[in-house]
Amino acid sequence: MARHHVSATVNGDGVEFLCETGQTLLEALRDELRLTGTKEGCGTGDCGACSVMVDGRLVCSCLMLAVEAEGKSIQTIEGMAVGETLHPLQRKFIEHAALQCGICTPGILIAARSLLARNPNPTESEVRYWLAGNLCRCTGYHKIVEAVLDAAREMRGG
Amino acid sequence: MSTMLKYQERELKIVGTRPLRPDGVDKVTGRARFGADYNLPGQLIGKVLRSPHAHARIKSIDTSAAQALPGVKAVVTRDDFAEMPDEYAAVGELMINFRDVTRNMMAREKVLYDGHPLAAVAAVSEAVAREALALIKVEYEVLPHVIDVVEAMQPGAPLLHENQYTAGVKPKPDRPSNVAKRLEYARGDLAAGFNEADLIVEREFNTKPVHQGYIEPQACLASCSEDGQAELWTSTQGHFIVRAQCAKVLQMDVSKIRVTPTEIGGGFGGKNNIYSEALAIALSRKSHRPVKMVMTREEVFRATGPTSGANVKVRIGCTRDGKITAAEAELNFQAGAFPGSSVNQASMCAFTRYDLANVRVVGNDVTVNRPKVAAYRAPGAPIAVFGVESVIDEMAKKLGIDPIEFRLKNAAREGTQTYYGPKLGPIGYIQTLEQARAHPHYSAPLGPNQGRGIATGFWFNIGNETTCSLNLQEDGTLTLMLGTIDVAGGSRASMAMMVAEELGIEFESVRPFVGDTSTLGFNFLTAGSRGTFASGMACVIASRQVIEKLRQRVAKIREVPLEAVAWKDGHARPAGGNVAQFAPMSLAEIAKMAGKTGGTIAGHAEINAQGAGPGFGTHIVDVEVDKQTGSVKILRYTVVQDVGKAIHPAYVEGQLQGGAVQGIGWALNEEYVYGDDGVLQNPGFLDYRVPVASDLPFIDTVIVEVPNPNHPYGVRGCGEVPIIPPLAAIANAIENAIGLRLCQLPFSPPRVLKAIDDAAAAKG
Amino acid sequence: MRYEAPKTLEQAIALLSGANGQARVLAGGTDLLIQMRSGRAEPELLVDIKAIPEMRSIVAETGGYRVGAAVTCMELIENEAFAQAWPGIVDGVRLIGSIQVKGRATMGGNLCNASPAADSVPALIAAGAVVCIVGAQGRREALIEEFVAGPGKTTLANGELVVSFLLPRRGPHSGDAYLRFTPRTEMDIAVVGAAVNLTLDDTGVCSRARVSLGAVAERALLVPEAAAALIGTRVDEAALKRLAAAASAACRPIDDKRGTKDFRIKVAGVMAQRAAEIATERARRPS
Repeated sequence: MARHHVSATVNGDGVEFLCETGQTLLEALRDELRLTGTKEGCGTGDCGACSVMVDGRLVCSCLMLAVEAEGKSIQTIEGMAVGETLHPLQRKFIEHAALQCGICTPGILIAARSLLARNPNPTESEVRYWLAGNLCRCTGYHKIVEAVLDAAREMRGG
Repeated sequence: MSTMLKYQERELKIVGTRPLRPDGVDKVTGRARFGADYNLPGQLIGKVLRSPHAHARIKSIDTSAAQALPGVKAVVTRDDFAEMPDEYAAVGELMINFRDVTRNMMAREKVLYDGHPLAAVAAVSEAVAREALALIKVEYEVLPHVIDVVEAMQPGAPLLHENQYTAGVKPKPDRPSNVAKRLEYARGDLAAGFNEADLIVEREFNTKPVHQGYIEPQACLASCSEDGQAELWTSTQGHFIVRAQCAKVLQMDVSKIRVTPTEIGGGFGGKNNIYSEALAIALSRKSHRPVKMVMTREEVFRATGPTSGANVKVRIGCTRDGKITAAEAELNFQAGAFPGSSVNQASMCAFTRYDLANVRVVGNDVTVNRPKVAAYRAPGAPIAVFGVESVIDEMAKKLGIDPIEFRLKNAAREGTQTYYGPKLGPIGYIQTLEQARAHPHYSAPLGPNQGRGIATGFWFNIGNETTCSLNLQEDGTLTLMLGTIDVAGGSRASMAMMVAEELGIEFESVRPFVGDTSTLGFNFLTAGSRGTFASGMACVIASRQVIEKLRQRVAKIREVPLEAVAWKDGHARPAGGNVAQFAPMSLAEIAKMAGKTGGTIAGHAEINAQGAGPGFGTHIVDVEVDKQTGSVKILRYTVVQDVGKAIHPAYVEGQLQGGAVQGIGWALNEEYVYGDDGVLQNPGFLDYRVPVASDLPFIDTVIVEVPNPNHPYGVRGCGEVPIIPPLAAIANAIENAIGLRLCQLPFSPPRVLKAIDDAAAAKG
Repeated sequence: MRYEAPKTLEQAIALLSGANGQARVLAGGTDLLIQMRSGRAEPELLVDIKAIPEMRSIVAETGGYRVGAAVTCMELIENEAFAQAWPGIVDGVRLIGSIQVKGRATMGGNLCNASPAADSVPALIAAGAVVCIVGAQGRREALIEEFVAGPGKTTLANGELVVSFLLPRRGPHSGDAYLRFTPRTEMDIAVVGAAVNLTLDDTGVCSRARVSLGAVAERALLVPEAAAALIGTRVDEAALKRLAAAASAACRPIDDKRGTKDFRIKVAGVMAQRAAEIATERARRPS
């Protein structure tokens, strides 16, 4: 079967890869581009561990075909820190112990950053509802919500 | 020989603070590598063929078409694995028989559950592997199946194992049974106890299987070389246990398998067992290439081990003043396809919060056609305690006694003789009850259709074999090699904190790592809330060894007697008094001279940690019930727990919060749904409903510290207790809100609404 | 399996017509990819319609709105003018999966997937929305309540494509709402869904109403009897009770892993009543 040739931008870098029609963007990121920070928790869009940004939109990469990435600008967890400087959310997550095993963390960070980009001053409820698509089994979400609210405060200059 | 290091109260600089965890940056940047993140050049993808039937005899398996498919490099079936003798070994807190381990890994005579593996292939891509599976022809003789535990216990129920006769029954039964084992704990005179009672409450409870729900599916990568050595990377809670089990079922020397534990994306007891590891090694051996095997979410639900679903009967009698005079329980637990549920632990935990003269617990371990049970955080205890704490609550209400007061009247304390064996040492149960009662949550006002419930939990916590190695590097920093898997991220940090505390140096000077199986001696797996306790003890021993050696070196360098050298705040200093004076030396200075003074300085420990301290907790929960839909909302939740000593309070809080939320999910919505055909209908996160962020409030935590006298820092271990009280606490809160006692889990809206409507109909 | 991304409707129609029923339209993909993964769908051709401009736009038209079938849920939610006019439709769209799913999912896909529990459908029916279809034979329109035939089945002929939704003009004192029942607060499939769209006259009496129920039959239902309970009333307690009873009576649900028959029947009445209360409150707001 002929494979598709896809050109896209990932974390600001131009990339190219080959993929089958049925391969998902998640598979392409992990297996073709070897960017394993984005995780598969379910493959059906129910857990959010595969969250990435596509042209500024928060999506589940397991629900997008790799071939649909043609010409798109994709952001994964690997692009969240700038050089040595962690994003405030990344820092706050460590400070607040908002991660335990860490498997859901990349997806949650990408989702949280997307929230704060649209709503820099969310309420606790708004944070919880925005993150409803990201399952965490270790933390009970408590420290995650605290960390997001604290990061938002810092990013507002508070 | 076992090791216990006594608790010493002292001023602490690092233990009890909240430094940043050493693996945090890798986890927030996506750099950390979990099971599925490992790849080797030339690797093949392995996939498993699974039974579509709940119960069937395997008449034949024909893999020839699969083997012939281009791109398929190896196929394995039962023929590739040796028959295993009937032999027990400990796996986590459960005992398991290798005859069963090999059959759970790959079916031999029968398939016993929907999802049971019966063949595996390794191919050049996932697509080819799937195609190959579809080409394997299996002839089944479908048999009647049974899943419900009560049904399975009846004579005449479909039988899973023709040679299984109930153990623990005398004389040995003459017919085989699905009841693999019956156990009993008993003390005192139950009949007399019930006679004395002014009030007796008896209730029956039923629970469904629930899954640990870790977000990371099982994943492993195996690479075998032609000389019979194997390397295995796997996401596991116990790499030494994985090595032991793989060696056994593959008939290899233990030392020929090197298991590297990857970061683990959640386990909670569910990753204490092997699933695909031995299959991957066998496929790699056959194909001469690395083989990677990652489960799909559906496979995780269908074929790894959820907890038992259970039937629980509880009967308790007490005086009108609320003093318990007799208590008994019957616990019937699903074991899954092979014997070995946690009914024993459940039996031990059922009543241990109370000081009881007359008590009896009977447990039945019952095989049924669903996956073999795996441990799930305090295995078995939440189920038994759901029943007991519900009945206690009912009794308190009937007598008009405050529920905390009732429990205080009967509370276990230091010196209480448990009914299953040991006498309790210093414990914090009463403190947790008192602090819960004093907490503002307990007296906050409630609105209409709102209710409050409390419940308590106990878990023994364990120790067991632990090793570690602490090496002083040339620049004065230290490398701490641990054998205990760090499941939740807090333990690496906590170990480094204890070492830093012992040596009087900065936390950042100690770098902890979890080593593969070739770096250390045997370590038991991370379960039983043993990590911080046992590994911590080992780290302290290793640290003290290092201090001894440092003192010896300084005595040599400074030419003073050993007694003159004290270790304080990261430096060797004169011991004071009349001993010889000398210029102090820092760790870095001594390390620089290590080579010249005798070689690298290191400490290590190989212990069997004993003296784990039991943990107790009290939970308070407020719920609101929508009486028109049966929906139950959690309004407020408080966890009060004795953890002995919180080495790193943030991670202790995380355990309390995470465990409580798993309990909330178990109480409200999580359950395995089987069709009449015995096939699992909800093998995914859409219909297996774990709590999402918007379902929950913040979870308040109160850390109580009654030091464990048998650990140098007083640690008890804290990870398991928090999942135990929520089931009953929520049942009690619902009762408080709408006056209905629910005895069937989960309290999903259809069940709650039906109870409300049935009660209204009965009245009206 | 082939993948094509046509840039015009004509190209898309040609591809679909030529595929002998072996093609599937790829919009958001949030249902299709799951079906392909499980083996339920095995198309030979995927026709990605997201590059076709008229399928992606939201345009005010004849006093109402024309919403492209491939507009994503998030785009629709973020369109303030639309959300102001049709809050009930946006209620439904907000409940489709997570933020991530909404970033890709579309109303067109939600409709054509034809799940009886689809969250956007009841409010579209209650709104009196019409779906615009293009095929080799030309254009046609269909009422939403007649478009879905049963679980997974629509009345689209081979080669036809849903292009847009047309929402009618809104009168003053109008409001709509969609509520669903799920065990968790988010991320579940609706066990029951209820949409109410109504208009009040200048004296506050309900002059028009449409009520639709989802997840309680093989497809979303338009329930005229429930609407009749509101029309001519001030949407008072008694009218709401009659509405609830009519809604329950209209259900013909199944028992499944998400809810029992009895539960759905009971809760349908409760959700319809609560949706009507919200719709009325919205209708009473000064415009």
